[in-house]
Amino acid sequence: MTTTASPATFPTPRNIGKGKPARFLVHSGYVTVRSVRSLLRQPTFAVMTLIQPIIWLLLFGQLFRNVIHIPGFTTASGNYLEFITPGVVVMTALFSSGWAGTIYIQDMERGVMDRLLASPVSRGAMIVGTVAYQSITTIAQTVVIFVIAYASGARFPGAAAGIPITFLAACLISVVIASFSDAVALLLRQQEALIGISQAIILPLQFLSSAIMDTRVAPAWVRDVARFNPVDWAATASRAALSAHTDWGVVWPRLGLLLALSVVLGWLATRAFGNYQRSL
Amino acid sequence: MSTPRATALNAADLVKTYPGGRGAPPVRALDGLTVQAASGSVLALLGRNGAGKSATVKILTTLARPDSGHASVAGIDVLRDPDRARHFIGLIAQKSSSDPLATGRENLVLAGCIQGLSRADAQVRARELLDRFDLGDAADRLVRTYSGGMARKLDVAIGLVHRPQVLFLDEPTTGLDPEARAQLWAEIGRLSKVEHTTVLLTTHYLEEADQLADRVAIIDAGRVVVDGTPDELKRDLRGDSVQVDLAAASQAALPALRRVTGLRDIAADGARLRARADSGAHAVPAVLAALDAAGVAVASVTIARPSLDDVYLRHVGRAFHDQTEEAAA
Repeated sequence: MTTTASPATFPTPRNIGKGKPARFLVHSGYVTVRSVRSLLRQPTFAVMTLIQPIIWLLLFGQLFRNVIHIPGFTTASGNYLEFITPGVVVMTALFSSGWAGTIYIQDMERGVMDRLLASPVSRGAMIVGTVAYQSITTIAQTVVIFVIAYASGARFPGAAAGIPITFLAACLISVVIASFSDAVALLLRQQEALIGISQAIILPLQFLSSAIMDTRVAPAWVRDVARFNPVDWAATASRAALSAHTDWGVVWPRLGLLLALSVVLGWLATRAFGNYQRSL
Repeated sequence: MSTPRATALNAADLVKTYPGGRGAPPVRALDGLTVQAASGSVLALLGRNGAGKSATVKILTTLARPDSGHASVAGIDVLRDPDRARHFIGLIAQKSSSDPLATGRENLVLAGCIQGLSRADAQVRARELLDRFDLGDAADRLVRTYSGGMARKLDVAIGLVHRPQVLFLDEPTTGLDPEARAQLWAEIGRLSKVEHTTVLLTTHYLEEADQLADRVAIIDAGRVVVDGTPDELKRDLRGDSVQVDLAAASQAALPALRRVTGLRDIAADGARLRARADSGAHAVPAVLAALDAAGVAVASVTIARPSLDDVYLRHVGRAFHDQTEEAAA
């Protein structure tokens, strides 16, 4: 049919539709690679992504150093830096992932979104690609936070299991928030609206949790709200896992809830493509 | 793969409405649009902004769903089996669809992989397309450093990476300089003639439709008002078009022209008058005399063989260029 001799295999009615699960993973990989490559091509942004959690760790670590002396504040070691390290990990994941949807908005403003949606890439793979990219960012940021925390003298008796669990909890929060951000981007299709909604939700999620403050010293209603806050689940589970005598009854249910919530939000974000396409 | 004159693209009775928003009535973007293209041919959809060109492209490329109607591409029902159809279509959207933070080559390889080519195949194909579109020297530069014309050529190359059977180009040459436009025209012609790719292009440029298209469908208010080969459409208009530009708009001009025998389809648009005559050369002296007698000053007179602009004027009731200029203003 074509005149150019090429050994390539092009789509024909016979060779399409094979190996669907494998194709899903491969496509997710391509979408992830694209985002990571874009990040590395913007060195200032990439460096700031890693510097910001350091600022938070050191700034909050100094600013609120004396909160541990408030009666009722419970820490295993009496060291605030050790208390907020998992909190800053979760907070960093939360703030970075809130921006996930901006990639979609940029793609919509260009013709990239339309091209991808008219190609064989599945909607699920597009969501998995963006949340995987956010998780990679979160892992890099978490590494930096632990390095700085150790360098500043923090020690975590439960580190052997606690550090992997902190990474897991942070990644799950990334998936939850990035999926939410993607869904908002697809539903509202506007950068300003996405920023507004993200900020309206992220700050309360952050402060109505035990990320930087023990909720036991907060008003009772804050404690009640925190029980339903995924950011609190992640911070509490990580902190418990890093402590000397880990109460696994605190860790596993919260990780389970985070996992369930990531699946639900990932699915909802995938459904939001339908809403976007109805607007076309 | 398919028989030479089979229908590669078929849209039948497409209806699409969009919510009006804030209490406004819904907007009927497509109102029973029907259009077809034979395999390996170039079909141009011609119409002003909002006529329904892009809505048609979006439905045929599986992006949007119509309220009712049927659509098939390469023999596949795009409404029932969009996943399958996506393997056989290429879309070059109005807006650039490359990634500015990747190089031209990276864009092409990634697009190829997404379309199901192996990495090695995608690399071979990327090199082939970069050479074909004269982008070899810029292949490993970031796309954000490309000129508008280069970026557009890359968009087209990305749309072709998987050798689609049907290619959709939504206003492919808008904003291109004449040289880049000519190069793209040559490439589109080659696709149809040499590679037998079916091409649907939407355009603002009558000249583009005239040059490239085997068939032209003029679209207005969500319907095809007329379609045919450019020659057929022009042949339907007997005689020449006569265009008179006045020094200033005048109320007296139109009645004066109506008194000239042999003039048809007389229309005024500001200081511009248009009419048709069996022989333009014979009509001009009478036209000038009539306007002179009515005291109307004439700036220039043009006689032309029928153009697609005249076809458009005849079927839509307004001149095409004036509307597109308005839309751009």
